[in-house]
Amino acid sequence: MSGALYDQPQVYLIVAAFLLALGIYGLVRRRTLIGMLIAGELIFSAASLNFMALNRFVARDPVVGQVFVLFIMGLAAAEVAVALSIIIAVYRNYRSIRTGDLAELNG
Amino acid sequence: MTAFPGAEAIVNGVFIVCVLTTVLGGVLAVKSRRIIRGVCGLAICCFGLAGLYYFLRSPFLALMEILIYVGAVCVTIVFAVMLAEPDEQLENAPSRFSLVWGGGAALVSLAVFAGIVCLGLGQQWVLSGDRTTDGSVAAIGRGLLTTYSMPFELISLVLLVAILGALAIARYGRTKA
Repeated sequence: MSGALYDQPQVYLIVAAFLLALGIYGLVRRRTLIGMLIAGELIFSAASLNFMALNRFVARDPVVGQVFVLFIMGLAAAEVAVALSIIIAVYRNYRSIRTGDLAELNG
Repeated sequence: MTAFPGAEAIVNGVFIVCVLTTVLGGVLAVKSRRIIRGVCGLAICCFGLAGLYYFLRSPFLALMEILIYVGAVCVTIVFAVMLAEPDEQLENAPSRFSLVWGGGAALVSLAVFAGIVCLGLGQQWVLSGDRTTDGSVAAIGRGLLTTYSMPFELISLVLLVAILGALAIARYGRTKA
């Protein structure tokens, strides 16, 4: 372990793992659809940070990771657009986006 | 090598601030009871992440993170919060079921965290061989127009389809109601 704090991949990996754990916790714990969507965004961010850390310290071509993370961001934006329109459609039909109320298929 | 003494300490301090912003923003995004505060937490977390990307020698992605996540994703979620009323109701007494559920969620996320940290700390992350490019913005642009031109076009197609699909879904609910 030598050099400054920001020159060690372990720091970034730990932060990314923490974001992933937070995202999983929120995904299980949140009781509204928008809350779950926010937790999903945290998981996307964790994956991006992990990619970028390994890209900076291990990859021979540092362009690969940056382009991949750019694609992750684009997919996350598309996912948010579709998910939010579904949430709004659900709210129009059910007058609620609490996950406990959406139990029509619950046998 | 540095211009003045103490520069290293200042850079370290800025890095720690970025890490703390990311972590605390994430905690705020997950733990706050009102959803709008969760969105604010996500925005704060993304600002911290942009700083971390800067430290990872990618100012391009730092700017993209702010532009896409804070400028587009968070603002879109705020619009959805205004259209629906997503606040989680206060429970008078947290039920036993909810306590068990929360404990299980904390346990699972802690296990995932511990496992990945063990994996990350147990390895030596070293560069194998020489770098082929410098990873600058010019190199990214060259890559997007040559090697990654096909995925680049596909991602624009995905975004177009997503926008049209979102419009169609949101409009369908409106005509029905």
